[in-house]
Amino acid sequence: MSENFEVPKALSGVGGWLDDRFHGARGFRVLMRKVFPDHWSFMLGEIALWSFVILLLTGTFLSFFFVPSMTEVVYHGSYTKLNGIQMSEAYQSTLNISFDVRGGLLMRQIHHWAADLFMAALTIHMLRVFFTGAYRKPREVNWLIGIALFSLGLIEGLFGYSLPDDQLSGAGLRIFEGVLQGIPIVGTYLAFFLFGGPFPGHDIVPRMYIIHVLLIPGILLALITAHLFIMFHQKHTQMPAKGNTERNVVGQPFFPYFLAKGGAWFFFIFAALVLLSAFAQINPIWLYGPYSPIQISSASQPDFYMGILEGSLRMMPAWEWNFLGHTLSFSVLIPFIVPLTVILGGAALWPFFEQWATGDKSYHNINDRPRNAPVRTGIGMAAVVFYGVLWAEGANDVLAHKLEIPLYTITWIARVLIFVGPVLAFVITRRTCLGLQRKDAETLLHGYETGIIRQLPNGEYIEVHKPVNEEGRAVLEAKEVPALMPPPGSEDANGVPGPTSRGVLGKARAAVNRAFAETIVIEADGHGNGHAVGDGHGPEIADEEHEAVGAPSSPAELPHGDEDA
Amino acid sequence: MSDMEETEGHPGPAAPHRVIGTPPPSPRLLGSTTLAEGGDGEAAEAEGGMHLHGLPQDDPRVIVHANRVEKIVAACFIFAFIAGCGFIAAYIGLGVHTVDKTLRSNLALGTSLGLALAALGLGALLWVRHLMPDVEIVEERHELRSDPKERLAFEEEFKEGAAQSQFVKRPLVRRTLMLGMLPLLAAPIVLLRDLGPLPGTSLRYTVWSPGRRLLVAGTNQPLTPAEFSAPGSMITIVPEGFTDDADALTKAAVILIKFRPGELDIPTMTQGGTLIGTMNWTVDNIVAYSKICTHVGCPVALYEENTHHILCPCHQSTFNAATGATVIFGPAPRPLPQLPMTVDAEGYLVARSDFTQPVGPSFWERG
Repeated sequence: MSENFEVPKALSGVGGWLDDRFHGARGFRVLMRKVFPDHWSFMLGEIALWSFVILLLTGTFLSFFFVPSMTEVVYHGSYTKLNGIQMSEAYQSTLNISFDVRGGLLMRQIHHWAADLFMAALTIHMLRVFFTGAYRKPREVNWLIGIALFSLGLIEGLFGYSLPDDQLSGAGLRIFEGVLQGIPIVGTYLAFFLFGGPFPGHDIVPRMYIIHVLLIPGILLALITAHLFIMFHQKHTQMPAKGNTERNVVGQPFFPYFLAKGGAWFFFIFAALVLLSAFAQINPIWLYGPYSPIQISSASQPDFYMGILEGSLRMMPAWEWNFLGHTLSFSVLIPFIVPLTVILGGAALWPFFEQWATGDKSYHNINDRPRNAPVRTGIGMAAVVFYGVLWAEGANDVLAHKLEIPLYTITWIARVLIFVGPVLAFVITRRTCLGLQRKDAETLLHGYETGIIRQLPNGEYIEVHKPVNEEGRAVLEAKEVPALMPPPGSEDANGVPGPTSRGVLGKARAAVNRAFAETIVIEADGHGNGHAVGDGHGPEIADEEHEAVGAPSSPAELPHGDEDA
Repeated sequence: MSDMEETEGHPGPAAPHRVIGTPPPSPRLLGSTTLAEGGDGEAAEAEGGMHLHGLPQDDPRVIVHANRVEKIVAACFIFAFIAGCGFIAAYIGLGVHTVDKTLRSNLALGTSLGLALAALGLGALLWVRHLMPDVEIVEERHELRSDPKERLAFEEEFKEGAAQSQFVKRPLVRRTLMLGMLPLLAAPIVLLRDLGPLPGTSLRYTVWSPGRRLLVAGTNQPLTPAEFSAPGSMITIVPEGFTDDADALTKAAVILIKFRPGELDIPTMTQGGTLIGTMNWTVDNIVAYSKICTHVGCPVALYEENTHHILCPCHQSTFNAATGATVIFGPAPRPLPQLPMTVDAEGYLVARSDFTQPVGPSFWERG
């Protein structure tokens, strides 16, 4: 297929010149033929990457015009409604970017939309990685880097939208300061050092500016680079499919396919952000007015990614503890610390917890289908519901207004749901996963329903089932179940007690391990479900016997897994 | 029956869901449905090898299709060129400096740039999907873990280097090095000391002092009880002399509420021996509370006349203004502090003193 064509003189000349000096041909050959597996969900991280690139481009433009100063000035400019109003230079320069710099408003809006898209894409990308188990060995470090990126993104976003010193973001900054003050022992000092004295002071905008344009982007850039290099070095995971094994990677080469697709994807994302910015207004700071500590507007909401902190502050009852001349403000501390610790800390620990629970130290390059890991998927959904309740509560006033439910009722619903919701989500998801596994087992055993009804000579009607083809079979059979550990108290052949025998922790480990090892076995005898229409959707109890707890089948081969040997 | 054959050939586990009578999925012209499904073994063998899926490149149908797509791709790129020129023209041609002009400029710049980018993306996508052959290659993964020999060699070399450094053998060098670096680790934190003044007791006090007049925010005029006679209204008050001082107002902003006779009933409240609320601090059924929410410091701004509820719009802490701003709902841990108030010789509302307790959010030293 290689049509022979002449490489242009200029190109080969430059290439030769570079190779003379850098020995690049070998490295670039590897790069050009690097295989990238294809799946729609692998593009989610790319959205975050390209949003970041767009943030750097538009942010650089904005920094040419933005004045990070809190010096008070009186405005006389293009936005005549604010003429004669006292404001900071930061706010004034943001007005100037919006109304006096051609393309300035567009750049501001692209920057803001891109920040929202960056955080949204990160969130969804992390969900994809979690639910498919792509964080498993050897990719734990990249998972942790991802969590660091997300956490830094939160602060970067908060500081970014606070820079214009407008009424809305100023209120947010005041809340941030109030929360800082609530930290025991060092809180007041932290707040005074960050703000250079009492709120608002004159230092916070320039300080946030340098953190926003230099410090955090620098760290983000370094972490993103590391993230990509590690991904490149370890090679991407792939979805279960025919021909995909733990030892290979199937897909299209970087040059030209991934290059072209990635380029097209960049253009599409950029186009979407630009068109959004042309037609959908975001953060119209001129409508909010300059910050004043004595004013506030109702339905003040932060950007969506801060919503869970806002929601947890709104949900919390007024708990406070005064003792020995000190105040411990739980109504601030718990909302500030607990949700993020539960979600981000939990996410960070999860891969190691899972390894502990399953005893699985092998390499994983084929992703799990979420249904095949019911506990993980259940926990993931519980986290999603936990996040979702907090997030919705962050807009409780808007919900109360739109749904015409009393405000306090909504808050009370949220206070209950935050505990009940995740548990329900876990139970329902786990059951659903097992149900889907049962369906897979059924499909493997009897084939799929074709929808064709045939009448037999004796008058009976049957539905024609067809066996799954090879591709389908490869997907359905790519199921890996953690091995069940020996029960507490057992010993191996050499009399060494098993990992589950070490006291209370060992018992806990055995219990968690049992949950992880639960699966639906693909049985060959075909009992239960008939061939006819309306296969046995029996009652839940009858189905229970299919869950052969403790008899995991592992059709997928584990070529690695030598670590514990 | 032919329907079923088609279904069977369709890849993927999703196959079962096609409803009978609907057309089968049409095979892609360059798609991977027909040729060269070279089995597992073959794929694994041919490390780095290529598998050309679909019809051969010189098949006339492929050539016709490719020639058509080539024109579409070219059209996309030409469209991008035109839109890009439009962007530059809009930049040059459309001015700003008024709201209307700015919005027009934003619309023109955004539309042209967005369409140019979208056309580039679409062109590139069609190009890669319809002009490039559908190539799939299989690459072996390399073992990430180094082989035991390499690990051993590394260990040996590391031990050798460590021995040469004498780091283990000479603890005096090792320990004094650590000691020498210790202060430098603390230095960056010490250097941050001058970021701001120490809080001291500044959070306990505001600029209110005996005799300081209450000025109406906005007009900055003093107020007599008679001028504020309409019951049910709430206004924001700033202290005389600090009307534009954001630092001072962050703590000192006050709301003034007028009640009908008999509606206002503030019990005498004390905290640790200090009086923090009483009817004696009101004037003519006018009461003054701190405007700064005791939760995280938002200005409480919403007042419901019938219920006398003050609502903080940030996190919905609700206070009952008629009974000393006690908390009814929400995360605020205590009532809004009451400002002791009286009238001066000229009949204007003035502060009797500063607040008798710290205003605003909790902090560790508050007690």
